[in-house]
Amino acid sequence: MARAVSTRTRFAWTALAWTIAFLMFFPILWTVLTSFKTEAEAIASPPSVVAFDWTLENYGVVQERSDYMRYLWNSIIIAGGSTLLGIAVAIPAAWAMAFVPGRFTRDILMWMLSTKMLPAVGVLYPIYLICIELGVLDNRAALVVILMLINLPIIVWMLYTYFKEIPGEILEAARMDGANLRSEILYVLTPMAIPGIASTILLNFILAWNEAFWTLNLTSVDAAPLTAFIASYSSPEGLFFAKLSAASTMAIAPILILGWFSQKQLVRGLTFGAVK
Amino acid sequence: MATKASKSAARLMMAPAVTLLLGWMLVPLTMTLYFSFADYRPLRATFEPWIGFDNYVRFTSSSSFWDAVTTTLVMVGSILAITVVLGILLALLLDKPIFGQGIVRILIISPFFVMPTVSALVWKNMMMDPVNGVFSHVSRFLGATPHDFLTQTPLFSIILIVSWQWLPFATLILLTAIQSLDGEQLEAAEMDGAPPLKRFWHIILPHLARAITIVILIQTIFLLAIFAEIFVTTQGSFGTRTLTYLVFQRVLESQNVGLGSAGGIIAVILANIIALFLMRAVGKNLDA
Amino acid sequence: MRQKTASLVTTALAVCTAGTAFADAHATTVTIATVNNGDMIRMQGLTDDFNEKHPDITLEWVTLEENILRQRVTQDIATNGGQFDVLTIGMYETPIWAAQGWLVPLDDLGEDYDADDIIPAMRAGLSYEGTLYAAPFYGESSMVMYRTDLFDEAGLEMPREPTWEQIAEFARTLTDKDAEQYGICLRGKAGWGENMAFITTVANSFGARWFDEEWNAQLDSPEWLEAVTFYNDLMADAGPPGAATNGFNENLALFQQGKCGMWIDATVAASFVTNPNDSEVADSVGFALAPDTGRGKRANWLWAWALAVPSGSDATDAAKQFIAWATSKDYLELVASTEGWSNVPPGSRTSLYKNPEYAQVPFAEMTLESINLADPGNPTVDQVPYVGIQYVAIPEWQGIGTSAGQEFSNMLAGQQTPEEALARAQELVNEEMEAAGYR
Repeated sequence: MARAVSTRTRFAWTALAWTIAFLMFFPILWTVLTSFKTEAEAIASPPSVVAFDWTLENYGVVQERSDYMRYLWNSIIIAGGSTLLGIAVAIPAAWAMAFVPGRFTRDILMWMLSTKMLPAVGVLYPIYLICIELGVLDNRAALVVILMLINLPIIVWMLYTYFKEIPGEILEAARMDGANLRSEILYVLTPMAIPGIASTILLNFILAWNEAFWTLNLTSVDAAPLTAFIASYSSPEGLFFAKLSAASTMAIAPILILGWFSQKQLVRGLTFGAVK
Repeated sequence: MATKASKSAARLMMAPAVTLLLGWMLVPLTMTLYFSFADYRPLRATFEPWIGFDNYVRFTSSSSFWDAVTTTLVMVGSILAITVVLGILLALLLDKPIFGQGIVRILIISPFFVMPTVSALVWKNMMMDPVNGVFSHVSRFLGATPHDFLTQTPLFSIILIVSWQWLPFATLILLTAIQSLDGEQLEAAEMDGAPPLKRFWHIILPHLARAITIVILIQTIFLLAIFAEIFVTTQGSFGTRTLTYLVFQRVLESQNVGLGSAGGIIAVILANIIALFLMRAVGKNLDA
Repeated sequence: MRQKTASLVTTALAVCTAGTAFADAHATTVTIATVNNGDMIRMQGLTDDFNEKHPDITLEWVTLEENILRQRVTQDIATNGGQFDVLTIGMYETPIWAAQGWLVPLDDLGEDYDADDIIPAMRAGLSYEGTLYAAPFYGESSMVMYRTDLFDEAGLEMPREPTWEQIAEFARTLTDKDAEQYGICLRGKAGWGENMAFITTVANSFGARWFDEEWNAQLDSPEWLEAVTFYNDLMADAGPPGAATNGFNENLALFQQGKCGMWIDATVAASFVTNPNDSEVADSVGFALAPDTGRGKRANWLWAWALAVPSGSDATDAAKQFIAWATSKDYLELVASTEGWSNVPPGSRTSLYKNPEYAQVPFAEMTLESINLADPGNPTVDQVPYVGIQYVAIPEWQGIGTSAGQEFSNMLAGQQTPEEALARAQELVNEEMEAAGYR
């Protein structure tokens, strides 16, 4: 699209794009702004946008009540652990599907996706009972495994579509040079697939971070992540808009910032084979 | 290139993923199936292992069941329509030469990073609240009566919240697809004097077909499981009770695990019918 | 039942294999599941005092929003999950769970605990077969809170014992929707502990009841229709926008912002609305008994948030020590010394109301009177087979109450008429009761 575009058109598109971007971002922006207001200012009508006395008081109150770092750490461990474990299980599977397709490859892939249709509430009792039996309620490792299983189909699929785009000739050349299966995957395939793996990791990290059913229902203290943190601030007694905003900001800030910085990597592999 | 050795190696490599998912699917599903034929009400300490199809009959014959199915279809369908249509428009816009493209893109994808509970809380309290919400401030400023979103237009409100969360995802996938479009083909069409709408219809849209089916498939999987947004905003009142939410009410609010499990099994079956339908379409596209 | 599940589970594939079971490494850690209500959060802030007295016990807090808390706690106790050592539960759950043998008796909370000091109505509601199973952290009834300044301005006078008719008249007079001034704020958010608690008390005062003595649902009675229509009309004329999603917390925020002329809700709210730090109307709040219709019952409920120990706890003794601390007279003194008497958790102990300093608190007397007026064993004008004023103390109530609550919430949102809401509620209640084997 290397065509000359008149500056005026360019400005028009820019104005439109910025307006939409602002509207999309507004709820988040408003929450962050409100988190720096006092409760009284948070409900002032008409509200002030920036001309209020900025205060960190809400963050102090929230931190005093709940140890933010502990929840944050659990979120990182659970989301990170489940993603890495998932990648480790998925890479061989996706490799096999992409380069040694069998008669049932596609059916297996589709079946894997269909396991995501299991409604979580429907199987809460079974999973809860199993976890009691194994003594792994409120256990980070258990959540790592469960979230890994939930996201595994997506991981396999993303990797599969990405691997499929790698030309087969390169592998054959490597094989000619005497590379065995292991080194083929480790030294030829993986480096080529790194962008795809990176975006798979990012997407699944986000999905695991935001998972709010299992992480809330299977934890109490030791393994409780940020989704449980926010559950103690939703609809408390009295005026709470500012404190709720502060807690919300704290819950989403890490992942938002990570998302911003890794945006390019995330987007690059986020095609699910949609691009030919 | 698939030799016999590599075939068995491939099977071995798929084994962990397949076994794990098989276990993940079968174990809870078997137990749920088992419970669904039982009269299992923990609060009464009742457990009668076999009561036949009673739970299924009760679940499907209750008036809430069909309402919930309809609500689910309307909700998922509308969100898909909104995110796909707006996603295409946004992707086209982001493909234009604009100043500060990087920042615009960052702002637009941000909602995708917000956890569902938080986004529901933010929309309910900060945006849609009829007294303190931003929308009510704006309408008062314009001299209008604030609209009461969650009680007057509850289903639309939830659709709006969820669409806001998923629009970035659709936009991103569609944008990558648009960017992969052959520029020469478009220019040729432009040379031929094809008007923009025609170009869109005959060149861009067919090119996007694959991306659109994938957006629909992935979003459907996640949208059928919408929970936090309903729990936080309306708790299933005002005709926003989806099938998932109905199962939740049976299992956790009424603590009737048998009845809820039957509902869960029915939800799995319905979801898989939809999935089968969608995957046929996507599967075809994947082979192309 | 547990046996069956166990064998099913053990024969089944292990899913959660990665975890290592930790036995009793936390022998003296007490995990407390509690609601994010103001009094509980204050208690969390005062744990230093407990730690000083019991250095060998570590407290872990799981503070959750009420609905999530209930769901988590119920799930855990029904499956004997053993996640918590202290549960925050209400008057509804206590006797039901105690009957199942899920709770540890609390008849031995120490010599200086003085269980006889607990307000009799609270003690009765939290006991099963004469044994206390949950110790009240705070107790409440419901009453009218109103804005004395607005009443003066409009030349109205709130009687001590208002009738519904008077309340409706006041509410309509005080409403000025353009100025965002609403005559009355009442619960509308669906839930057995939200709108159904309130609507049930209204129904009681109009002479209605949930069930007759054969457990037939009575929602098709003229009394119910009268009560529900009254509520619906009143809210349409004098209620705030979006009332159908307002629960206790939302109404509290509205009242504190000065948007409500009256608010009929839990007596504990009195200490929040009169607290100048949070409330813009702290100086001008008056109190009156919950209204009636002259048919013999007032619309006031009885509730307690109480602390209990599940029988699956592995730290029963430490948990009891914590409960003894949190529900003691000393704890009340402690709160009084740091936060002032008006912030003391109310409604749990008789001695508090005999304390001359507490008598200075403007809502103390009205709270006690409301509590004493409530009789859960005899909640309605006509005879009923159940216990409980704003709830029906049977395990099915949570499901019934919440489903019926959604019908009334839909009604308030204008999606159906009172007749339709009642007809649907009647049908689903009967359906549920039949399935549960009552009829």
